[in-house]
Amino acid sequence: MSTDRLSVSIVGASGYTGGELLRLLLGHPNIEIKQVTSERNAGRYVHFVHPNLRGHTRLKFTSASELQPCDLLFLCLPHGQAQTRIDDFAALAPRIIDLSADFRLRDPTLYERWYGRPHAAPEWLDRFVYGLPELHRDEIRSASYVSGVGCNATATTLALWPLFQADLVDRDRDVIIEVKVGSSEGGNSPSEASHHPERSGVVRSFAPTGHRHTAEVIQALSRTGQVPPIHLSATAVELVRGVLATGHAFLKDRGLTERDLWKAYRAAYRDEPFVRIVKERQGIYRYPEPKIVAGSNHADVGFELDPETGRVVALCAIDNLMKGAAGTAVQCMNLMCGLPETRGLEFTGLHPV
Amino acid sequence: MPEVLVAECPECGAEIEVTDVIEGEIIECPDCGVELEVRSLNPFVLELAPQEEEDWGE
Repeated sequence: MSTDRLSVSIVGASGYTGGELLRLLLGHPNIEIKQVTSERNAGRYVHFVHPNLRGHTRLKFTSASELQPCDLLFLCLPHGQAQTRIDDFAALAPRIIDLSADFRLRDPTLYERWYGRPHAAPEWLDRFVYGLPELHRDEIRSASYVSGVGCNATATTLALWPLFQADLVDRDRDVIIEVKVGSSEGGNSPSEASHHPERSGVVRSFAPTGHRHTAEVIQALSRTGQVPPIHLSATAVELVRGVLATGHAFLKDRGLTERDLWKAYRAAYRDEPFVRIVKERQGIYRYPEPKIVAGSNHADVGFELDPETGRVVALCAIDNLMKGAAGTAVQCMNLMCGLPETRGLEFTGLHPV
Repeated sequence: MPEVLVAECPECGAEIEVTDVIEGEIIECPDCGVELEVRSLNPFVLELAPQEEEDWGE
């Protein structure tokens, strides 16, 4: 495949994830955006929906029924829709990245358990690679179909991955994770719960148990062997963008020190272009902080060991729309298309913000 | 060409490379930010410098 200018289309581009993808792809030197679809906004300029793109494009939304063949198709549809039309989409493009939850899990029974209904295209699940480059880089490079990642799952997995990869965790003891999340995770369809007087200022436990991303975390960490029971709780806080995952795991060897943990985190992430270890003895931001990574594709990870109990607190901060969705999808596109992995994703974030 | 001195951070294990330091000087680890005192140059030895805990008022 020529890597000069890839023609790319986005299905379902009027949502927050689609808008973020557009922002990234408009600045990507190897990409030509061919079509962006939205049934509700067909015929309208995209900048009326995504005002940050005003002056950067004259693209208009089209209906998905008008989609033409392209080199790569991004699917940003609400969960449950891509799986019912995947054969049609596959006929339009040799490569697909689906940002919904439809093709993240390999096991159809796991999908049914967590999403409450049978998968509509279970024969497609094995054709997709889970789109987290930090775990699946080589598979993504040669894949035709890549799934997106769950934002909370990404933050949780990246926080805990080095501890599991280095086999430091006591797998007989449960692992508990709390994620604090911003309002953009809920998408751009308003509800009574997202109405400003109700949403503003909340510290809202919206999924104390049963969060669907738990399944992704279990699937990801299972690459290292048997995984202990994983418990994920999610709390909505006063942020628009951002996730902070705080995981609690116990070390199997009580003689380990923080230097051993540094070694494990460095071994996992030393060569990762977007993962930074944040555990500092000075300054204001000594641990990962979501607002520092807002707008960037960084995942900041950190940890602290309680030597009294052997508990490790593992942290990860990401922007849910970037490393938790569109940013990682572009990272996957670069890998799939033989482009430099960081292309189009160089923004460092803002400070102060 | 100034001599490059290399030592491990006693806090986080990072490899620290410095030039033009003197005994007693306080330097920072670029990874974990801890303050380190240059205890000797030959051999090159770094030790944790006394550091006040921050009071975050929370």
